[in-house]
Amino acid sequence: MMLAIQIILIVVLTPLVGGLLAGFDRIISARVQGRKGPPLLQPFYDVLKLLQKENIQVNKTYKFYVYVSLLFIILTAVIMLIGGDILLAIFVLTLGAIFFVFGGYASQSPYSIIGAERELLQMMAYEPMVLITAAGLYMVSKTFFIGEIIARDVPAIVYLPAVFIGFVYILTFKLRKSPFDLSLGHHAHQELVQGISTEYSGTELAVIEITHWYETIISLVFVYIFFVTSNPISHVFAIIACIVVYLFEIILDNSTVRVKWQLALKSAWIVTGVLSIMNLMILSFFKF
Amino acid sequence: MSLITVLILFPLVVSIVTFLVRKENIRSAIVRVGAVGTAVLTVYTAIQYFNSGLILSIGETEMIDLFIIVVEVGLAAYIITTGIRTKKYLVSLFSLFQTCLILWFEFTQKAGIEVETGIVFDKLSGVMVLVVGVIGSLICLYAVGYMKAYHDHHTEVKERKSFFLAVLFLFLSAMFGLVLCNNLMWIYFCWEITTFCSYLLIGYTQTKEARNNSLLALTINVGGGVAFACAIVMIGMNFRTLELSTLISMKPEALVLIPVFLLCVAALTKSAQLPFSAWLLGAMVAPTPSSALLHSATMVKAGVYLIIRLAPLLGATSVGRIITLVGAITFLACSLMAIAQRDAKKVLAYSTIANLGLIVMCASIGTQESIWAAILLVIFHAVSKSLLFLSVGSIEHQIGNRNIENMNILMNVSRKLSIYLMIGIAGMFLAPFGMLISKWVAMKSFIDSNNIIIVIILAYGSAATLFYWGKWIGTLVSNGSGKNNGHHGVFSLDEELPIFLQAVIVVFSCLAFPLISKFAIVPYLSDVFGGTAMAPIGTGNQIIMVIMMAMLILLPLGYIPLSKKEKSRVTPIYMAGENAGDNENFIAATGVKRKSDLSNWYLEGYFGGKIFTFWSNMITISILCVGVLLLIWRWAL
Repeated sequence: MMLAIQIILIVVLTPLVGGLLAGFDRIISARVQGRKGPPLLQPFYDVLKLLQKENIQVNKTYKFYVYVSLLFIILTAVIMLIGGDILLAIFVLTLGAIFFVFGGYASQSPYSIIGAERELLQMMAYEPMVLITAAGLYMVSKTFFIGEIIARDVPAIVYLPAVFIGFVYILTFKLRKSPFDLSLGHHAHQELVQGISTEYSGTELAVIEITHWYETIISLVFVYIFFVTSNPISHVFAIIACIVVYLFEIILDNSTVRVKWQLALKSAWIVTGVLSIMNLMILSFFKF
Repeated sequence: MSLITVLILFPLVVSIVTFLVRKENIRSAIVRVGAVGTAVLTVYTAIQYFNSGLILSIGETEMIDLFIIVVEVGLAAYIITTGIRTKKYLVSLFSLFQTCLILWFEFTQKAGIEVETGIVFDKLSGVMVLVVGVIGSLICLYAVGYMKAYHDHHTEVKERKSFFLAVLFLFLSAMFGLVLCNNLMWIYFCWEITTFCSYLLIGYTQTKEARNNSLLALTINVGGGVAFACAIVMIGMNFRTLELSTLISMKPEALVLIPVFLLCVAALTKSAQLPFSAWLLGAMVAPTPSSALLHSATMVKAGVYLIIRLAPLLGATSVGRIITLVGAITFLACSLMAIAQRDAKKVLAYSTIANLGLIVMCASIGTQESIWAAILLVIFHAVSKSLLFLSVGSIEHQIGNRNIENMNILMNVSRKLSIYLMIGIAGMFLAPFGMLISKWVAMKSFIDSNNIIIVIILAYGSAATLFYWGKWIGTLVSNGSGKNNGHHGVFSLDEELPIFLQAVIVVFSCLAFPLISKFAIVPYLSDVFGGTAMAPIGTGNQIIMVIMMAMLILLPLGYIPLSKKEKSRVTPIYMAGENAGDNENFIAATGVKRKSDLSNWYLEGYFGGKIFTFWSNMITISILCVGVLLLIWRWAL
């Protein structure tokens, strides 16, 4: 019963927080650019407006994938927030992300398909670091269960500083921020129109937006895990760390332009390789 | 005559009869009966012995040994003359050397070595027998329909169906022998028979390319056979035994490790690991059923089976480390190379080699968890890969080629086939399908055994895997227009039934993996390591995985529109405002109509081409050389 209530709360609250973060993001971005920006609740207004739009489609099948994607992303959020297995969460997250890609392919539209391919390439770029993050957390705590990882006395960040930096590096992909927003820019970049989401409108576009809110929270939960210990005060530090990381990503988004895919892939793989080998090797040398 | 003997001999008899019968209809009937018979016999044997296992000592082995010697000498004579005739002297040399070695050993040294238990049926052989028997016989069944269509399409190839089908069954018989025997001499004999069968199958079309590739396969695998023969002689002379089970129970000291290393090298050649992988890539020229058989149920699985058997001796020893590294490099390099391939069969081939690399890694780490993962990987790889090969074979007949880029029309040509193909691909990389479960455990066991580099390699390899399978499914769902060249073959029941059954097996094995783990793998590990083994994935997670599987099965229901009333406007796709009316063309610069044409990414500049292959081969060769040096050094001390 407790578990059921917990799950319902997670499903409802996660997108609300994610939406607020998106609103916060837009205000900060506007300030960085010398504008005033929309109200904090603007993302919610946008989604509500989208839900009322007329239903337009280019074929019968492609919209289906967006809902499947949302379903698995919600499952990921639930697994992570009830303290479940981090590797399982990563695999389900991948499943959700790949269904989104299939949606792009299924729309048969050139811009969508290009976006979908770029999304696949991005997944290939960031996936190693995500897996290695899980591996690193396992090395320090001997468990994949998030609930147990965060119940330790020393925060994971102490042992995994380089892995953390690597993770923040690939977080830019996950949050769809510049310079690594190759598949689906949140600003109307002309090169790609809107990538995978080109052909989506109305309800499905709203669903994509909500999915992204979930994903933002999921990404930040990873950051959170690095800082939390059995000490209750550590949660405050963890939240501060999440806010700092998110702010950093916003500033980065506004101060860079999109890079070519070659650089995105290479840099992500090199950063991952160097930082994780360094960190994990030292860790295993001291025998955890 | 015991059931085990029947199991080994039945496919042999079917093979001989199939070879002799020339009437097409009768032969097809015999093959169907033979395939079903083999499958039934396999399942029956498995049920019979699965729980208690079986250890069989065969009393009068002189006749069997004599028979084996005669066949081996005959085989050697054939291979040596073939080598001389085709000017591939290396294969003749290998064959001559190993036959002389074995004959010398047989007649001068072997006296006094008693083999107590000739046949062992434990949980591992049980799993292997099921994989070989069930998957193998489905492939034989498929071959009936496929070969008919094949010869309709390829009129230039001389029709030798009797021969082809007979070799398939001979292969199954040899594989049964290989996984059931405990006598190293007999395993070696079956090992050589599978090498020879694969040579015959690859060369089936008799084109120049096919002949060259079959000779390459023969050379590499006979080379592996040389290592195997040397290992047998060393074991026999040093320890006066020829039993695999005795070898495994020894302590990993220098004198044991040298033959174990040789056996591993033989296994690496058979499992097509780098630097020996060229033969499996060349094997693509053969008709699809033979590729399916080589890649899923037989040949390559023989190699990893041997490594899994030897796993308790590997672990943290230098040999174990070397083999792990070779497997890891193979996994990473071939996963990356698969990205650059457009030919469906090539993608499948590279992914087979990569996954075998993963199995080799898991087995040679040698902990309980990692062997658990290795055995599960063998099962899931066999079922998914065979489904994929058979589907691709039929697709080739349907759309006329096997280029992945052209498969975007498949949904319109044959919806069933594209769904089967998707199930197969999902089985290879998506949660909650089997391969992923195994990767999960592999990851855990690599960290537990403190193999950091291996963990990182696994992470990169998985990411690459995701990319090439993802773009393949993407192409399938992108559902281009159905206006193709009108090249539609017949999708006969002979082809469809095995494909359907295999799709069912893929889904079923994923749902049932907790049971497979509980009743087969965990007991085997408890046996080998003593004490009680544990399934590395907790019950809670197993339940979540099964629920996800159920979700995925139910998801296609979402396709069904719930309310017809719902108003939706269908619009053309976005072409930057330059639509030409349909969804395919756009108005280009000077007002001409152009077709929009998209292609997937293959990153050939990075992962294609000879340079990448060359360097991966170089790295693995140097690792093996280091292994040899380490062994010599340890032995000398």
